Amino acid sequence: MNRKQKKWLARIIISAIMFVIVNLIPAEGVLKFCIYLIPYFSIGYDILRKAFLGIIHGQLLDENFLMAIATVGAYAIAATRTGDYNEAVAVMLFYQIGEFFQSYAVGKSRKNISQLMDIRPDYANIEACGKLEKVDPDEIPVDTVITVLPGEKIPIDGIIVEGSSSLDTVALTGESVPKSVVAGEEVVSGCINMTGLLKIRTTKEFGESTVSKILDMVENASSRKSRSEAFISKFARVYTPIVCASALILAVIPPLFRMFFLNLSPDFGEWIYRALTFLVISCPCALVISIPLGFFAGIGGASNAGILIKGSNFFEVLAKADTVVFDKTGTLTKGVFEVSEITAENCSDEELLEIAAYAESSSTHPIAKSLLTAYGAEIDRERVKNIREFGGSGVIAEVDGKKVVVGNSKLMAAENIGFSEIKSIGTVAYIAVDGEYYGCIIISDKEKSTSKKAITALKNAGISKTVMLTGDRKAVADSVAKFLGVDEVHSELLPDGKVEIVENLLKDRKGSLIFVGDGINDAPVLSRADAGIAMGAMGSDAAIESADVVLMDDDPMKVAKAVNISRKVMRIIYQNIVFAIGVKILCLILGAFGYANMWLAIFADVGVMVLAVLNAIRCLFVKKI
Amino acid sequence: MNKIYKIEVDCANCAAKMEAAANKIEGIKKASVNFMALKMNVEFEEGSEVKKVMAEVLKACRKIEPDCEIFF
Repeated sequence: MNRKQKKWLARIIISAIMFVIVNLIPAEGVLKFCIYLIPYFSIGYDILRKAFLGIIHGQLLDENFLMAIATVGAYAIAATRTGDYNEAVAVMLFYQIGEFFQSYAVGKSRKNISQLMDIRPDYANIEACGKLEKVDPDEIPVDTVITVLPGEKIPIDGIIVEGSSSLDTVALTGESVPKSVVAGEEVVSGCINMTGLLKIRTTKEFGESTVSKILDMVENASSRKSRSEAFISKFARVYTPIVCASALILAVIPPLFRMFFLNLSPDFGEWIYRALTFLVISCPCALVISIPLGFFAGIGGASNAGILIKGSNFFEVLAKADTVVFDKTGTLTKGVFEVSEITAENCSDEELLEIAAYAESSSTHPIAKSLLTAYGAEIDRERVKNIREFGGSGVIAEVDGKKVVVGNSKLMAAENIGFSEIKSIGTVAYIAVDGEYYGCIIISDKEKSTSKKAITALKNAGISKTVMLTGDRKAVADSVAKFLGVDEVHSELLPDGKVEIVENLLKDRKGSLIFVGDGINDAPVLSRADAGIAMGAMGSDAAIESADVVLMDDDPMKVAKAVNISRKVMRIIYQNIVFAIGVKILCLILGAFGYANMWLAIFADVGVMVLAVLNAIRCLFVKKI
Repeated sequence: MNKIYKIEVDCANCAAKMEAAANKIEGIKKASVNFMALKMNVEFEEGSEVKKVMAEVLKACRKIEPDCEIFF
């Protein structure tokens, strides 16, 4: 609670006590009128002041005005007819309690969310004269070496020049397994250095670093308003005047009707009371506060799970999704080539891999790299000689004095080596030693371990169509699609081909279409889809810029999670809209027919608001879906 | 030119009204208020005097919501 709220609470309590005390004083007539003014003014003076200023500035018909006119009216009725001033004071008191609660709840969820997003680094350490100096990260130019101690946040993106450590990336990605890093690796700001001292050479300015971009995105997220939000603000604009007009009609027409047509007494007091009750009920606070609060909490909760949503409108789009289009490489597959199968004929698998790795040890080709990664051990350069590389077909080298040929079928044929050609997806490297065929190694782009699960999860979430687009060969694409369970595949596509296919899909979608890519060269498709999801925000600026939703890591499961979170948020929003408007309309009808008194009216206003706010806060808790 | 200001306002409806008021001020291309983050994001017209424009914005906002505050 801040100071303002503490003062406010104290005022409410003191006024409530005074309210009880004046009820105990046996006063009548003018004296009673006067002593009830004490709690009335102490609880309501600011509302009355604001209502007065509002009238002067031409801001009629806001909630202060509603409350002021209703309570003043109730007070006047009490003075002239019933002598029961309790209602006027109680309405003001409960209204203040409600407002206080709302302010408290909003403050609390604001704090919750800012804690979730507590990744802003406050300082960076620079070594000067053998001592560490704390500097504002904003002042650090590119290419400065900064020191990050264990337990500190990495303030700026950069490359490690010294030290190794494990990094806690949970605030960025929601992934709780620490990531280990060594010198030479790139690190992103916002991670927490857990174990070792790191020296990092910065590659970006603070303002351009990942952490700044993310914070910027989350903080500005709600500037893109959703349709429901726009609806609420429009609603509030026409609603209050309509309600005030109806109240006026209710106060004037029925009494006149009674007087002139039914020959009864006009009973102005009763009808004015009903009109005032009507006014109290009508206050639209519940809607106006709970809708933006729900979206804000949803954005906060999602970012805590490693999903950044750029505006509340995308909750609507994601919740309505029925088609999800994936890019293959880097999205459903790892985008790195890995050894997937070894078939050795005259030696063990390990030996074959060793021979191949040695022959390819000085090549920079991606296939050579994946062979070396799979082999894993240190290469003893002494054992390899006479390396000759044939661009596009393979390598011939002398390993341990034997002539080793590693390459494709063309190279094998050229070297006159008898081998059995293998039909397989991926790239096949055949290996021969001293003219004899030894076997082959298949290298392919592997599916991510969660891809299959992600497709199933999307199906379970009610997505009717999943599509995979790729520039890769048909055989590869079809087999990956079949394995993952994707409904539709389009292969051998150029970038503009992807746009064309997405456009065709857009024509016959029923709900909305989501495109998921890794942000590299699919920016046009990302912006063409109803919602573009980019994976792997850590490091890729293009992804952050062009997508509507950014996943902090590259786990495809997060796509299903984003859809589920959006559904939950939208469900809560609709619950609030229906609940708030429903209760209001019901109470308004009761009020108009005289079945509702001010006590019910104040419940309809404050009670509904409290419940709606509590419901909206549920949007924060999305970790488990 | 784009600037973000911290604001203080009590209710979401008032924030929406502040946004509407700010958008009517001369020299402002687009203003949007984020009630939950308590920030006002202002895009100024080219060549407008930021301080002067913001003083006008505050004045207009005070009219509709006497308790609000913009820190500029």
